[in-house]
Amino acid sequence: MTTIKLKKGYDLKLKGNVEDLTIAKAPQAQLYAVVPDDFSGVVPRLEKKEGDIVAAGEALYHDKSNESIKVCSPVSGTVKEVRRGERRKIEAIIIEADGKQTSAKIPTDDIKAALLQSGLWAMMRQRPYDIVPDPGTEPRDIFVTCFDSAPLAPSLSVFTQGKQEFIAKGIAALSKLTAGKVYLGCSPDNVIESDNTVVFHGPHPAGNAGIQAANIKPVNKGEVIWTTDIVTVIRLGQLLATGTVDYTTVVAVTGENVSKPQLVECTMGAPISSIVGGNIADTANTRIISGNVLTGIPVDLDSYLRAPYRQITAIPNISCPDEFMGWASVSPKKFSIYRSFTSWLLGGSKPQSFDAKINGGERAIVMAGEYDRMIPMDIYAEFLIKAIITFDIEKMEQLGIYEVAPEDFALAEYADTSKLELQRIVRDGLNRLHAEMC
Amino acid sequence: MKALKKFMDNIKPNFQPGGKFAKLQSVYDGFESFLFTPNSTSGKIGVQIHDSIDLKRTMIIVVIALMPAMLFGMYNVGYQHYLAIGQNETFLNTFLFGLAAVLPSIVVSYVVGLGIEFIGAQIRGHEINEGFLVTGLLIPLICPINTPLWMIAVATAFAVIFAKEVFGGTGMNIFNVALITRAVLFFGYPSKMSGDAAFVATDPVFGLGKGTLVDSYTGATPLGQAATNMGDTLQLTNIVGDPISTWDAFLGLIPGSVGETSTLFILVGAAILLITGIASWRIMLSVFAGGLVMATIANTFASTLFPVSMLGPVDQLCYGGFAFAAVFMATDPVTGARTDIGKFIYGFLIGVFAILIRIYNGGFPEGAMLAVLLMNAFAPTIDHCVVSANIKRRINRAKAK
Repeated sequence: MTTIKLKKGYDLKLKGNVEDLTIAKAPQAQLYAVVPDDFSGVVPRLEKKEGDIVAAGEALYHDKSNESIKVCSPVSGTVKEVRRGERRKIEAIIIEADGKQTSAKIPTDDIKAALLQSGLWAMMRQRPYDIVPDPGTEPRDIFVTCFDSAPLAPSLSVFTQGKQEFIAKGIAALSKLTAGKVYLGCSPDNVIESDNTVVFHGPHPAGNAGIQAANIKPVNKGEVIWTTDIVTVIRLGQLLATGTVDYTTVVAVTGENVSKPQLVECTMGAPISSIVGGNIADTANTRIISGNVLTGIPVDLDSYLRAPYRQITAIPNISCPDEFMGWASVSPKKFSIYRSFTSWLLGGSKPQSFDAKINGGERAIVMAGEYDRMIPMDIYAEFLIKAIITFDIEKMEQLGIYEVAPEDFALAEYADTSKLELQRIVRDGLNRLHAEMC
Repeated sequence: MKALKKFMDNIKPNFQPGGKFAKLQSVYDGFESFLFTPNSTSGKIGVQIHDSIDLKRTMIIVVIALMPAMLFGMYNVGYQHYLAIGQNETFLNTFLFGLAAVLPSIVVSYVVGLGIEFIGAQIRGHEINEGFLVTGLLIPLICPINTPLWMIAVATAFAVIFAKEVFGGTGMNIFNVALITRAVLFFGYPSKMSGDAAFVATDPVFGLGKGTLVDSYTGATPLGQAATNMGDTLQLTNIVGDPISTWDAFLGLIPGSVGETSTLFILVGAAILLITGIASWRIMLSVFAGGLVMATIANTFASTLFPVSMLGPVDQLCYGGFAFAAVFMATDPVTGARTDIGKFIYGFLIGVFAILIRIYNGGFPEGAMLAVLLMNAFAPTIDHCVVSANIKRRINRAKAK
């Protein structure tokens, strides 16, 4: 077992952490949804149309260019609506649950086929491009992250506890898909023993699979690695043991505007209201985020839980409207990771209040080295971002575009004085590059 | 504040496209975001929370860091004036004279620079950038007190347009805008920018400080005296002929550009910049290190041929604009090196070149301005080398497998 210490990064402390680890149960909801945007790289071709009956674990759609990549329904019932947006893009597929939760039986003799057919494949990612892996390539290594270091994220021990058998089965299965190794990146407080366990000390983003890969064995041009999390590995183990996929999940309902932060058990794609129902103090001025505050997606009460189906964060949308000359504030309540505000002297180390305000306008990059301090990789992030903006493919390759995913830039985006949308820039760059290279 | 917000909201339609003052939209937006932190919230993708920091905060901290040097500079302008006319004035009157002498150039520099900035922002449809808040204060502080206002206006306009706006505004410029202003003045109007008549306000300002110059008066700066020194010994004097020491130079009661004379108060500013983490300690430290190394070498091989080399290493750092350049000019992140290793190289070379030019080039009594501008030009090259090492590492890694 190796240990890696990461220095770069930052642990943002937000109010509304889950203290009590008892798991409440969300009521069975009527409608569930699958959102194609959650599975980047998969262009949906529907297998079911409105009115069709589906079982849990039965495919709703497959990828346009690779029919074997399926995305499945988490519940059994009927397809109620295929919600389309601009240019008929599928925004969500909504399933009316029948409450019986009949599961599709998936043949498990071929691991790859089982993964693809069960939809678990779509929960993995590959680098380069941070997309659902191409089944036609063999990865150099597979990196499994066993902890979530994002703000207010639940400890994944909630999922791993008592699941040793499934973990072992899942890892054994994954290691058959690669000639290389299956690395487990663990935090010191929840070490999962395996042949290739690496323990990471350090602040967020130490829990990102990509950061772990970069510090264990970085991706080179021409190589492919897969990244996934231990929860998906457990589901795979369970699939191989039982022949069905367990689509239940535990969601940490966190954040300042949550009256009682708690863990809630529900099914993937459940309506937000069924999970947080009545647990949010001030619904009018609340931003509900499916996921954590750095990489999550803003949702509202009548929309649905999004991948990776583990966390909901509710923070104030605007806690101080029309703030007069906010840039001159000396209040220790104005939190900053920089020392130009007084919070580092007077704020203490208590959890802080954050709202969704951007706190400034977008500017050209002025301050140097801000991104590098937040990204523990051997990459000159600012130079890479500039190469992506100008879409200079050669430069992007040289500076390490194949090693990164948008989530690796999330903390830098938080910390950016110039308020650039780094995750969007990286996502668009990766998509364009992928289109260019194929 | 509510009334002000209401007023701003009321007049807003006039500044929207189609309104009466649509051409002033970016100006309105600039003022609005200056007064009230915008209520805009995070978008549909990307982070949902943002740090409190923004460029306004960053720039205002630099302005605060400039205050000690600026206030002392004003006092020193008054001090030199009353010294020149042989009068003893109270602290307050001395300061008031300096304030009256310096304030017009600050106003001119801000009005001209911000005016151009507003126009540039409107043409591009961008928000107004905060960069000039700092530049506009730097310009009067690095100019001799007797620089005519129209010259400041012309040079500022030239620098803002040709050194910044044509490159795309704040964050895109290659050369430090304040130093380009100084360079335009220096090369465009050399007689007004150096020599004995430039650095001491000898005439009354707004009726303040009337008097005649004392007989022993000479307006030469210490570095000016050193550059023209004859013989084996070097004794620097103040403007009425009394000898001065390193300590005087450190405190700053010597003639020189307005904000540059007091190493002590510049270091106070440096402390503010370093504690808040706005300026790079790597650059600041290495400029001083580079200066010290070069000055020590030059002093070891001191020669009457290059009389400035007779100044000790510490003197070299205290006299002239060296400290000011190290703290406020070299640390400009936009025009400096941006990689950590690059910052050390960049800063060190600025220190070396500043002293090198000062000592061995008779044409320029001060080298800090030219050293920073020179290294501005080389900063991208330094970064390129540092980043190339990273690229090479990546290529080798791929080959090694």
